[in-house]
Amino acid sequence: MDFELSEERRILRDTAARLFRERYPIQARHDFAASDDGFSRALWTDFADLGLIGALVPAEMGGLGGAGVDIMVVMEEVGRGLAVEPFLASAVLGAGLLAEAGTAAQQAQIAEVIAGTRLLAFAHGEPDSRYALSEVRTRAREDAGGWILDGRKSVVLNGDTADALIVSARTGGDAADPDGLSLFLVAGDPEGVTRRGYGTVDGGRAAEIDLVGARVSAETCLGTAGTAYPAIERVIGRGVLALCAEALGIMEVCRDTTLDYLRTRTQFGVPLGKFQALQHRMVDMCLEIEQARSATMLAAGKLDAPRAERERTLSAAKNLIGRVGRLVAEDSIQLHGGIAMTWDYALPHYAKRLTMIDHQLGDADHHLERFIAFSKAA
Amino acid sequence: MDMNFSAEESAFRESVRAFLKEDLPHALAAKVRDGKRLDKRDYLTWHAVLNARGWLAWHWPVEHGGTGWTPVQKHIFDEECIAAGAPRIVPFGLNMLGPVLIKFGTEAQKRTYLPRILNDQDWWCQGYSEPGAGSDLASLKTRAVRDGDHYIVNGQKTWTTLGHFADKMFCLVKTDTQVKPQEGISFLLIDMDSPGITVRPIVTLEGEHEINEVFLEDVRVPAANLVGEENKGWTYAKYLLTHERTGIAGVAFSLQSLDHLKQVARDQKSDGRPLAENPLFAARVAQVEIDLMAMATLNLRTLCAAAAGTAPGLESSMLKIKGTMIRQEITDLLRRAIGPYALPFVPEAFDEGYNEAPIGPDYAMPLARQYFNMRKLSIYGGSNEIQRNIVAKQMLRL
Ligand SMILES: Cc1cc2nc3c(=O)[nH]c(=O)nc-3n(C[C@H](O)[C@H](O)[C@H](O)COP(=O)(O)OP(=O)(O)OC[C@H]3O[C@@H](n4cnc5c(N)ncnc54)[C@H](O)[C@@H]3O)c2cc1C
Repeated sequence: MDFELSEERRILRDTAARLFRERYPIQARHDFAASDDGFSRALWTDFADLGLIGALVPAEMGGLGGAGVDIMVVMEEVGRGLAVEPFLASAVLGAGLLAEAGTAAQQAQIAEVIAGTRLLAFAHGEPDSRYALSEVRTRAREDAGGWILDGRKSVVLNGDTADALIVSARTGGDAADPDGLSLFLVAGDPEGVTRRGYGTVDGGRAAEIDLVGARVSAETCLGTAGTAYPAIERVIGRGVLALCAEALGIMEVCRDTTLDYLRTRTQFGVPLGKFQALQHRMVDMCLEIEQARSATMLAAGKLDAPRAERERTLSAAKNLIGRVGRLVAEDSIQLHGGIAMTWDYALPHYAKRLTMIDHQLGDADHHLERFIAFSKAA
Repeated sequence: MDMNFSAEESAFRESVRAFLKEDLPHALAAKVRDGKRLDKRDYLTWHAVLNARGWLAWHWPVEHGGTGWTPVQKHIFDEECIAAGAPRIVPFGLNMLGPVLIKFGTEAQKRTYLPRILNDQDWWCQGYSEPGAGSDLASLKTRAVRDGDHYIVNGQKTWTTLGHFADKMFCLVKTDTQVKPQEGISFLLIDMDSPGITVRPIVTLEGEHEINEVFLEDVRVPAANLVGEENKGWTYAKYLLTHERTGIAGVAFSLQSLDHLKQVARDQKSDGRPLAENPLFAARVAQVEIDLMAMATLNLRTLCAAAAGTAPGLESSMLKIKGTMIRQEITDLLRRAIGPYALPFVPEAFDEGYNEAPIGPDYAMPLARQYFNMRKLSIYGGSNEIQRNIVAKQMLRL
């Protein structure tokens, strides 16, 4: 076993860290979040030039890495920077799906995603599907050599700005059936597709997407119709890892900010950090973050393991991240007192993103259930 | 021991229900239930309805316009109001300053201010905290220097809830800096439109304007606005805080939001079934319900003991800790319950007259916002850590 990063990954990490440190002060972040796109296109191009987007995509697909460790290294820095750019939506999920399931022609678009010139979003969740991966009610039926899509997709991350949506739809099977799922690469909003974009609690963007008799060509289908589930599961798994790593970066900022505050804020004539009740809370926070880091490293290392082992480890990480994330978000606010209840202080924005991570790609309870299910299978 | 409500108590509950059905404006209740932003008018409307019935200052002594209700009646009233979707009663004048004036104010102060509180002529705000004086409230720096018939006040208050609505502020000031901090504090009543006062908004983490900074520069306050004796303000301040704390326990709020949580869990789906039937989620809801059942009884035990003459002292600290933990746990479950629909953040949706379709189910939009806002419960009113210190020291003698 080796827990150290290779020279290349250290450079990747340092590059990312420097960029966020220099170009991503919290006020700039608020401005990006409040802009129409909800992020900075200029910085997105810079991220691309520095290889941060490519690092999330496998080398055989024209990326620069795409292994669990690469995702972990980049996304931790994304978390530390509290970045609002579509790393998860476009690079991890979008390019990931093309890589897993796309035809050669579709995979050719990955290069543009890596270059930052094409944005993708994964339109998968639906109003009643909660976090269930195979629960898709949107239907695709064959018609005149193409497909017609009908359904509704909800809380599609960066779905408002994406140049193309990857839409999951059912071509066979019942609502929760893993069989019969297909993916369609839908560009340029054909008639019948409407998107309603909005901001999210954590400064991000999402969209509700209606598909009403939307006609798309046969070439939009990723791979063979009806067989998309395994690819969806693998790519969501990569997304889960990305979120865990992002959460780790955020948690460390919360920890460090709180620690600084306890050292400098005085009440009753001493720094808050002198109160043993708070010292113990801080120690528990640090300990739990190390636990979360270990679980995430394990998941990163098992990203290419056989299914049951991979899914079980990913769910373990996301469950722990959900639990520790709540502790860190709540305690770092509490230990600060009133100041952490204010918009002008950076910490609560980290706490909000950390909390919302539990609402993406499955919360702690969802992954607890998955962990139990896959433990039986393993 | 009898754990049931008496026939009189049940009849009282019915009369409260009938009153709410008749007099609580429907539009207002709908606003509260939908988690819309309430403006000053909304609170004033509700106060006026209660005042017309003589139920606004329900915990004041009868001779000052109170009701003379038993603790159980007060509990029933609170529970029914919140369940019906009434806004909260703004506590600053009614729950905080009122009791202080009744106990420590001069006759003139009582005659002037109590009716003005009842008739909503004065909206009060609480000027305790300062940037450097939070938990360590006694270290406050705002100075009041006597100048003939006036005090000249200089300093800064912060976190002032709804200070932007306020006509007046009850304020802790330093009148003697040569003694132990607690012995040099006085309790002053200050007009918010006095020259030298500036109120600046603080935007909270969920993007709302609820709290403010208040700057005081050479503000002239008539000496007649001193409550009680000079340099005895700490005693009054602490008396007020015990009243503030029991309110924060918020049993009625918890009962109402637990009910809401159950509705949401019945409506949300998990693997095609109602979320309420998901064993993990059901267990979480059941656990907080068990805590709340016990807590509601603890609250009544405390109130009844208080009525029998034992002052609500340390029990109010215990109630504050447990009560706020339960309220926060329920808001946490509410945000979990809605899954991905916790994410949408559309502040305009909380404005009156917002007509667009909600994103996701109509109950979802306020829930994440409420979760973050409710973090305040364990911070203000004396933080939960400070309450634990108080209990450890004064009750457990550690
Ligand atoms: C939304 C909101 C509304 C408010 N409204 C008002 C208002 O209307 N009027 C008003 O006067 N004030 C108001 N407050 C202020 C509130 O009373 C203070 O925030 C509170 O007293 C805590 O002070 P602080 O924020 O300075 O935190 P600090 O006192 O700096 O505390 C920071 C942390 O250290 C902990 N701590 C401090 N001392 C100790 C100790 N000895 N042992 C262990 N732990 C300790 C605290 O518990 C907290 O976790 C409001 C606050 C909020 C958040």
